[in-house]
Formats: sequence, C-alpha cells, structure tokens
Amino acid sequence: MRRPVDTGDPDRLYTVTGGRSRAEDSFDLVTLVVSEREPTAGMQSEHVRILELCRHPTALVEIAADLRLPITVVRILLGDLLATGSITARHPRAAPSVASLPESALLQEVLHGLRNL
Amino acid sequence: MGSATSELPSRRTPLPDAAETGLKIVVVGGFGVGKTTLVRSVSEIRPLNTEEVMTQAGVGVDEANGVASKTTTTVAFDFGRISLSERMVLYLFGAPGQERFWFLWDRLFSGTLGAVVLVDTRRVDDSWYAIDRLQDHNTPFVVAVNRFDEDPFRYSLDEIRQALALPGHVPLIDCDARVRSSGKDVLITLVDHLYELAMAQEMTP
Repeated sequence: MRRPVDTGDPDRLYTVTGGRSRAEDSFDLVTLVVSEREPTAGMQSEHVRILELCRHPTALVEIAADLRLPITVVRILLGDLLATGSITARHPRAAPSVASLPESALLQEVLHGLRNL
Repeated sequence: MGSATSELPSRRTPLPDAAETGLKIVVVGGFGVGKTTLVRSVSEIRPLNTEEVMTQAGVGVDEANGVASKTTTTVAFDFGRISLSERMVLYLFGAPGQERFWFLWDRLFSGTLGAVVLVDTRRVDDSWYAIDRLQDHNTPFVVAVNRFDEDPFRYSLDEIRQALALPGHVPLIDCDARVRSSGKDVLITLVDHLYELAMAQEMTP
C-alpha cells in the first residue's frame, strides 16, 4: 500500500535525507556551523534553511531544534553542505573522549566567563 | 499581541561571529527533579528542545519498510546556552537519568566537560544509577540537591552523601534550581572541580 508522504515522521525523514541513514560523525552537538555561501535556486529547502540560519555561527543542536529534525538527520544534511563547501564547521576543542580532561587553561576561561555572568 | 510560543529562530540573539568553541555540560536527574528549571534559570535563551532518533543496531533506515517498523526510539532533550566570551559558548543539556535512557547519554554526550547530578531528597534512589554510570565513564561530576520548599525532611548534606554512597572527593551542594545565582553557583562548583582535577593531572609527570 502506498503511503502519503506527509503523514508519518519516518517518511518525512526518509524524504529529507533521500533514504540515507549514515550520518557524518564528525559533527558534534556543539560544532558551530557557518554558511560560506547564499542559498541558490533549486536547493533542497532544508539546505536553504540551514544556510540562512548559519549566517552567524550556529551549533548543530540549535539547527536541529529550529528545523525540528532529529540530530542524525541534521548531521546528514550538514555533511551534504560540507561536501560542497557551502558551510564550514568549527569543532569543539574540548576533550575528545569522555575519560580525558580538558586543559586547565580552557577551564580557567570557562570559570572566568561563568563568574562574569 | 505578542505570543510567547511564536518565537522565531531569527529572534534569538545569534552568537558573535568570532564564536569558535562550543562546550557541553550535562544535567542528569529523574523526572520532575528540576533539570529544565535549572537549564532555564541560567540560560540566555529560552530552553530549546530537540530529539534524537535511535535506531536498533543492524536495522538502518535503508528501506521504507525499515523506517515504518518499530525499530526506532525517539528521545527528546532540552538545552540552553550561555555565551562565556566572544569565542566560547557553553551548552547545557538536560538528560533523563533513568536507566533506559543511558544509550542517549552515551551517544550524544561524549566529550562533555562534566555533569551535574540533580537530586530530589524525596527520591534519592533515582540518582543512584546516574552516579554509578558517570563513575563508570570517568566523567567528572558534582551532585546538587535541589531543595524544594515543601521538602519535609531536610536531610543534611552529610546524610545525603551517605545515602548516595558518594565518595568524599565528589562535591555535594545545595541549590535552588529556580534561582539564577544558585544555578550559576552549581556550574561554578563543577568547573572548579574540573579545574582542580585538570591541574592535578597536569602536575603528574
């Protein structure tokens, strides 16, 4: 039986990603994304929205919240845009693994920022 | 007339163009303990909500059939934002602490600076699993006791430390998640703790 495209979330996600499920793992939740070009005619609407949103640095989670799309789907979309040079990504420089600590200089900066709130 | 629910993405203050480093802190705790309240009290933006779709191992979304079947779980989480400087921005994530949600934690929160375990003294049991798991992961954390007005027992911090079997080196503090300065103190306590750990590690040859 044929399903209407717009009713179920899984179908919508399938459409948005063109059926792909492998996300670009290099994008962290707090990777800051910056547009490097304006949207062009014929671009997929989600790509257009990301490029508009990221005229200022925007974290992946904020993009996901604004587009109302799951994190994984946004990672796939960002992967597309990165591949065409349409965005650049500023990845976090905090400890790459859960078990290793960030450097004390970074933490001092964080403390300074928090105390000044 | 303005509506609180119609905030457009563009109305949110964007990060400065110099922003280059995103940082993460996770707030874990049971339902109703005040995670979102804490995030809201310190965040510079109204907390946002997003979700992750978890797909069971081995079943991708390669076919329409796979997508439509019940092999995916959606887990929603809240987050807030604190700009620390022109270059650094801290994101605060509220994550459910129950056992069945820890796959989300594992997937999403690797690379986090540290965690705040928010405790409700009326339901201390809810915190055991979270504390256990954080220790397993070697993720540094502090425990903050959210004191509700109607808290009838007023256990002392010592009593709570005992009840949680919390080692002496883990900071344990009182807080009121509704109050911005109190939430800020919780974050400072965590980062202070992280700083001490980092200094100790850097001193070790």
